[in-house]
Amino acid sequence: MNLFLQALNWVLDPAHYSGPNGIPVRLVEHVAFTGLTLVMAAVIAIPVGFVIGHTGRGRGAAVALSGALRAIPTLGLLTLVALVVGVGLEAPYVALTILAIPPILAGSYSGFEAIDRRTIDAARAIGMSEGQIVRKVELPLGLPLLLGGLRSAVLQVVATATLAAYVADFGLGRFLFSGLKTNDYAQMLGGSILVILLALVLDGIFAAAQRFVVPRGVSAGRFEDTRARSTRLAR
Amino acid sequence: MSWVWSNLDLIWDRTLDHVVLSVPPIVLALLLSVPLGALANRYRVSRGVILSAAGLLYAIPSLPLLIVIPAVVGTSARSPVTLIIALTLYGIALMVRVVADGLASVDPDVRQSASAVGSSAWQSFWHVELPLSGPVLLAGLRVVAVSTVSLATIGAVIGVKSLGSLFTDGLQRGIQAEVLSGIVMTVLLAVILDALIVAAGHALMPWSRTPLPVRSRNGAPGGAEA
Repeated sequence: MNLFLQALNWVLDPAHYSGPNGIPVRLVEHVAFTGLTLVMAAVIAIPVGFVIGHTGRGRGAAVALSGALRAIPTLGLLTLVALVVGVGLEAPYVALTILAIPPILAGSYSGFEAIDRRTIDAARAIGMSEGQIVRKVELPLGLPLLLGGLRSAVLQVVATATLAAYVADFGLGRFLFSGLKTNDYAQMLGGSILVILLALVLDGIFAAAQRFVVPRGVSAGRFEDTRARSTRLAR
Repeated sequence: MSWVWSNLDLIWDRTLDHVVLSVPPIVLALLLSVPLGALANRYRVSRGVILSAAGLLYAIPSLPLLIVIPAVVGTSARSPVTLIIALTLYGIALMVRVVADGLASVDPDVRQSASAVGSSAWQSFWHVELPLSGPVLLAGLRVVAVSTVSLATIGAVIGVKSLGSLFTDGLQRGIQAEVLSGIVMTVLLAVILDALIVAAGHALMPWSRTPLPVRSRNGAPGGAEA
């Protein structure tokens, strides 16, 4: 427990709250980077996922792609991209965007697929156009699963962004790596606690949002927490 | 390519290290998840507690977890045991939910039939419910295996030797071929373990070779998904 007290001291030490290597700067870097990669991955994955979910075509390819990406080690991808494009922010940015795509893709197409075909037939029968079906039926009903996919992606990115400090000078991961280098366990543990808190807070926000977006007619009981079934372990 | 040919020994050694690090967590996660998942499926309170704990555990990033474990358990920071504990925890976090869902997907009629022919709760669990949820467990275990193999590389950052050492070493020395061979071997190992698990599943559950329509919880017919 003494170790945790030292780590807590490190986290609370006012000296660690100023300058370019202060906790606030690193925290903002971490969050901003996570947000940026998530938006980038979502812009690519959500439209593709909707097309797959709506038409039912290309699902096999998407599943195979997510499976293959699950097996690829994040650290390997990070270091490979770093060697190819050079050490800096580009490498983690590319690697993390690639890693965030499969869970979002899976969330968006499985959200569409989980919808009872009769509901969609009914929408078509009352004269909705394909566009209306996507916007007014499939999107609201698939939203909880889509958010589940985003939730997995966020965890993945927050964790991998920590590792990314290995190849770039940014984020909360810096504290872990500089602590490792100098055998400063208090700094390592303090940094770890900050990353864990950040991950838990973001996860909590998405969990709440997932419950919030379930349409009222559906919340009668069928909604489940689908996150753990999604494509891979985080990081 | 020349790097690969002159370093086949190194690649092989790291692959063996990797097997030693990643197989125990997969086995441990399965063994520990079955009782935990059964408990989660039994009572409403235990379900909430166990599944929430698994959810939180799953949310914890791996590198910070590797650093926190020594402080909690007292293992040395750079020991393989720390990594094995962390990987086992992640495996459990994924697998517990799968076990609970798998057991819950067993048709209540089948469970009643088991008790009607005189099976105790214990017998019913081992001879009826667990085998019937086998295909779901198998699908979950495959995810755990592939993720564990991929995640084990992270140990290299804290100095535990594995295929991940090829990444850290390759980055420091600027050898792309080294990093690439690490990725290829990790994926290959994951594919081989996955195939072994599928083969073991076929041997243990010959009935699952021809997929029968499994009744899901809301009564609609559908296959066992993962």
